[in-house]
Amino acid sequence: MAAVQDGQLNMEVEKDIKTEITNDGSGNINANSSSPGSTSSGGKSKSPAGSGEDQQTLLAVLQFLKRNKLTESVDILRREAGLSADADDSPVSDSAGAGSGGVPNVSADGGDANSLLSRVSIATPVAPPATAPPKVVAASGGEDQPDVNVVLSAYSQQGDPVLYPLYYNGLKKFIESVLDCHRAELSQVFYPLFVHMYLELVYNNHENEAKQFFEKFSGDQECYYEEDLRILSSMSKKEHMKGNETMLDFRTSKFVLRISRDSYQLLKRHLQERQNNQIWNIIQEHLYIDIFDGMPRSKSQIDAMSGSLAGEGKRDANKAKVFYGLLKEPEIEVPLDDEDEEAENEEGKPKKKKPKKDSMGSKSKKQDPNAPQQTRIPLPELKDSDKLDKIMNMKEATKKIRLGPDNLPSICFYSFLNAYQGLTAVDFTDDSSLIAGGFADSTVRVWSVTPKKLRRVKSAADLSNIDKESDDVLERIMDEKTASESKILYGHSGPVYGISFSPDRNYLLSSSEDGTVRLWSLQTFTCLVGYKGHNYPVWDTQFSPYGYYFISGGHDRVARLWATDHYQPLRMFAGHLADITCTLFHPNSNYVATGSADRTIRLWDVLTGNCVRILTGHKGPIHSLAFSPNGKFMASGATDGRVLLWDVGHGLMVGELKGHTDTIYALKFSRDGEILASGSMDNTVKLWDTLKAFDDVELDDFTAATGHIHLPENSQELLLGTYMTKSTPVIHLHFTRRNLLLAAGAYNP
Amino acid sequence: MAEERRPKQCTVVLPTESMKAMAESIGVGQLQEESCAALSEEVSYRIKDIAQDALKFMHHGKRCKLTTSDIDHALKLKNVEPLYGFQSQEFIPFRFASGGGRELHFYEEKEVDLSDIINTPLPRVPLDVSLKAHWFSIEGVQPAIPENPPPAPKEQQKTESTEPLKAVKPGQEEEGAIQKGQGATSAEAKGKKDGLMRMKPRSTHELSVEQQLYYKEITEACVGSCEAKRAEALQSIATDPGLYQMLPRFSTFISEGVRVNVVQNNLALLIYLMRMVKALMDNPTLYLEKYLHELIPAVVTCIVSKQLCLRPDVDNHWALRDFAARLMAQSCKTFSTTTNNIQSRITKTFTKSWLDDKTQWTTRYGCIAGLSELGPDVIKTLILPRLTVEGARIKAVSDGPVVSNIDKIGADHVQSLLLKHCASVIAKARPLPDNVEQYRADYGYLGPMLCSHVVKARAQAALQAQQVNRTTLTITQPRPTLTVSQSGIGGSGGSRTPSIIKVPSSLTLMSTRPGTPTQPSPPATKYIVMATSSGSSSTQQVLWTAVLLGGIQKIALFGKRPSPYYGKNNSNKQREITVRHYYKT
Repeated sequence: MAAVQDGQLNMEVEKDIKTEITNDGSGNINANSSSPGSTSSGGKSKSPAGSGEDQQTLLAVLQFLKRNKLTESVDILRREAGLSADADDSPVSDSAGAGSGGVPNVSADGGDANSLLSRVSIATPVAPPATAPPKVVAASGGEDQPDVNVVLSAYSQQGDPVLYPLYYNGLKKFIESVLDCHRAELSQVFYPLFVHMYLELVYNNHENEAKQFFEKFSGDQECYYEEDLRILSSMSKKEHMKGNETMLDFRTSKFVLRISRDSYQLLKRHLQERQNNQIWNIIQEHLYIDIFDGMPRSKSQIDAMSGSLAGEGKRDANKAKVFYGLLKEPEIEVPLDDEDEEAENEEGKPKKKKPKKDSMGSKSKKQDPNAPQQTRIPLPELKDSDKLDKIMNMKEATKKIRLGPDNLPSICFYSFLNAYQGLTAVDFTDDSSLIAGGFADSTVRVWSVTPKKLRRVKSAADLSNIDKESDDVLERIMDEKTASESKILYGHSGPVYGISFSPDRNYLLSSSEDGTVRLWSLQTFTCLVGYKGHNYPVWDTQFSPYGYYFISGGHDRVARLWATDHYQPLRMFAGHLADITCTLFHPNSNYVATGSADRTIRLWDVLTGNCVRILTGHKGPIHSLAFSPNGKFMASGATDGRVLLWDVGHGLMVGELKGHTDTIYALKFSRDGEILASGSMDNTVKLWDTLKAFDDVELDDFTAATGHIHLPENSQELLLGTYMTKSTPVIHLHFTRRNLLLAAGAYNP
Repeated sequence: MAEERRPKQCTVVLPTESMKAMAESIGVGQLQEESCAALSEEVSYRIKDIAQDALKFMHHGKRCKLTTSDIDHALKLKNVEPLYGFQSQEFIPFRFASGGGRELHFYEEKEVDLSDIINTPLPRVPLDVSLKAHWFSIEGVQPAIPENPPPAPKEQQKTESTEPLKAVKPGQEEEGAIQKGQGATSAEAKGKKDGLMRMKPRSTHELSVEQQLYYKEITEACVGSCEAKRAEALQSIATDPGLYQMLPRFSTFISEGVRVNVVQNNLALLIYLMRMVKALMDNPTLYLEKYLHELIPAVVTCIVSKQLCLRPDVDNHWALRDFAARLMAQSCKTFSTTTNNIQSRITKTFTKSWLDDKTQWTTRYGCIAGLSELGPDVIKTLILPRLTVEGARIKAVSDGPVVSNIDKIGADHVQSLLLKHCASVIAKARPLPDNVEQYRADYGYLGPMLCSHVVKARAQAALQAQQVNRTTLTITQPRPTLTVSQSGIGGSGGSRTPSIIKVPSSLTLMSTRPGTPTQPSPPATKYIVMATSSGSSSTQQVLWTAVLLGGIQKIALFGKRPSPYYGKNNSNKQREITVRHYYKT
């Protein structure tokens, strides 16, 4: 399924889907959306793959334009590309003729894709296998209706609608009658079965039967599927199924269940004895049953892992090796003898003066066996200023407070006043000197929280008058007249949902509802680049801890990896079944994690573009992620008010922290990883003892192999403190280098 | 178990009548029933679809209120042109009207006179966003500063006082389970968990230096000579959320103060102390139950004490008794439970001393005042039957030889008190023909006067009823943010005898508290809307959404109002729909 394409074509994809969703084929929209894309793709054919590849892309574009009767654009494009009028017809008819249109096109692209791989790739979704098709198919083919029909057609096989409840009831009775140990496992079948039976009924126009079926059995489903059921219930006609994303997800992705061999045999035998073909067909076609040998899992084990839109992640999906260790820090001559622990600044060099911390030093001298190779992905070279900053960091780190259950951090709360509910995103710089806020009125505001005011660089004319040899040239280039405590950045045309400082504090990223990610300079306080690629709201963006790279994800379900000096994405991570709601880089910059509204977290390899982990267990859209400073663990928070802890290396859930009553928008580990702070919409900050949480987990080989986990019962023991604000939802948390916790939110009178 | 949380999801569809109404509004006259049904299903589906997307924007906007801009963005997402011009302030007065078998939800659009808008001065520019830092926690302990919430919320105070064994640490939610304390207290918490030491945790009452200073300032101001300062101090007591820890001190201060000043007959100080009680009761963050054993005796003393001032013939101690009686009634209402039986105990006390023949007029007055404040039922059962006896006693004083001026004044006050309270009760209870002779027969000496009072009361009631009717027609829903400000201070002069006591404003305030019997509870939820919707299609459009969302959980509404003030304003992001937690499980 590795559909490797040009980025531009993919933009077409998005547009195409857009039109398909709205069923609005009006020429205007298409003209607006596609002509810039098409011209640009014609303009810059710098791919090394050469003409064959590009031509094919062009032809696809031409075909699309033609179908939408955009003759003018067709002409222009043809002229630009120097194609003859008849050249486009023959291959296009080929591709259009074959099957659903797009497939040959895609595979042809894939043919000489290797050469392109260096530049752009769409990640291969390891599992579920059929996640990407709706987009890709619709993309290259551009035939909206037929494709949806293909997707749906599997539902056309139908039995007697009256019998559906009987089938379902029969299975229900059977499952209720089996031994307790199998019952929990087999009960997992209910939900996907229910969904598909309902959809089949709806598809075949048995509206009333569908309604009755829904009313009768929707109450049996687990409460965490409620949201999906609500969407399902609103779909009561065949027409509604077209363009409904949730429906497409159900249909195109196989629901993954993990069932022990014994239980599966039971089910199989039952269905075959009863000749219950209807159900058996659904199981065969729409479900992926991941069979394992061993003890059936208990109800609580299953509940902990389920809840995602498409079932659990397959076990093989989490088998890939993840190098979660940290990169070696470059050697820096440090004037002071101070050393940081594994947190962020694992000192690569043994200290020359005092050997007192040599255990630490020698440990970090060796390459961490779990760390990726230093050059696995190219990282920007350190500039002098970066080195200075690192030294500052280390100095600060020596003054760091050691946190623990008996030594809780102090918290400083930054309240945004008069925000009129408009604050949508907050970020702190690593050294805690700047705060940026994204607002619903499309502005980005930057505050300095140190006495040092924000200043602009002087204009070019003034700069030329400066003595470039002077020692304080860096000071001289700043325009003192512009000094102020805060600056406003204008440029977006929609609410700013994501915001991130670069590690060197020179840049700021912001992502917005208008579909762009913007890079701002904090020297001139102007916009440098607008990265266009997402055509829908971009919910989150995040700089790599080493700078240069950044990740963005949004409503189009594709996460994109960018480099600041490329206007096209370097990687596109496709696989999520719903909006990507939050993104985060691993501390070693080799991986990115994305949380999604499909209630899964995926970990992507930046090098290969593969999805290496699918973590399920949340029962609501995930809104916050945090990696522990050592890179080994991850925490995630969702709208269900629970924080889940994950072992990245094993791909396992290792803890569940209950206590919040509303969406968790902020998570952060302390600099040493001993304490996890979580901030939520319920106006509280909670502190959790993560050392204990991670110690409590016993990971034997069996658990690691099967993914069966026993979560500690009581997460209250891990709760170290709860702090209520008056009326301020907590939307960002940050530990300073000295382990002071900073929290931020907008006061909501 | 899941059923009750999911009330028939698939049946939530717009009623076909709405379709008809909407069709009519855009000029389509006769819409077939079938088309209506088909339309309503389709429209419901689309609206739900849009609402779902809009919720995404709400979540990412980190809000828990859906705004009209969320809907706009959701429409944009679907490549549909947003609905322009739907703006409103935070609160949208959504109207409901029923009549003729139809129920309508609509947003009232008033015609706006442009010249009015042009001529009114521009509103103040909203304040710019600013950043403010405060200490949220210092090494695990939340400092008690105004930026942080009060250390112990009222519910927790209540739990502590009613179920002392289930005490929760400050700042931790009481989710039933006993949570682990912060650091130092963990051992204690563990002990409790084991169930071995079911002891009430020792609570220390250390006040910080700031708190001690505050306490000193406040108490000095309350009983000092500067009225402005006192007003500020009382306001602080009535509103400050962080007084929980000082409550025992205040309580003792008041009780001791009353004890001393009753002996010294210092009327002014007693009044000040009662106003402190009032302020404490008004503070929404305090739960006084634990301190009633000190407060109630003090209050009752001020009601029934034989002598409260140096010159009983001149000073108006009656007002103090009235005021204290109201306080008493209020605390009965708030704190009386089946366990402590405050109300019945108080009633017994009052009745007993009233029945005593030797009781002085002052005390007698206090008892009657205390009883009559407890409500019409108490008046009916306890006071009315004794009117004849009391009337005879008053007659004896007023007609008989002048024994002492004080007795005369006392009898006069008792008489007017009885007339005032009984008249309204009788007016309600007694059938109409107000015959003076009949009254004399029933109530003795007071009968004729009572009769005239009742007639007056009836006239008044009729007038009021009219007014009430009229106001319900025009009243808009009170803004939920409205809070009672200014308690018991600042008002000078009043409906009663002007005197040194400046209580009248607080008295009226008290009676506006919901549930006070003397006043009909404000009609907060009932509306009769006379005007009908203008029926413009866009309003209707909005209406559907509203109705549908309402079907899902709560009614929502948009405003459509040309609003030049808020058109371009950054702050105007609060076009909201109140569908809170629709999406929450």
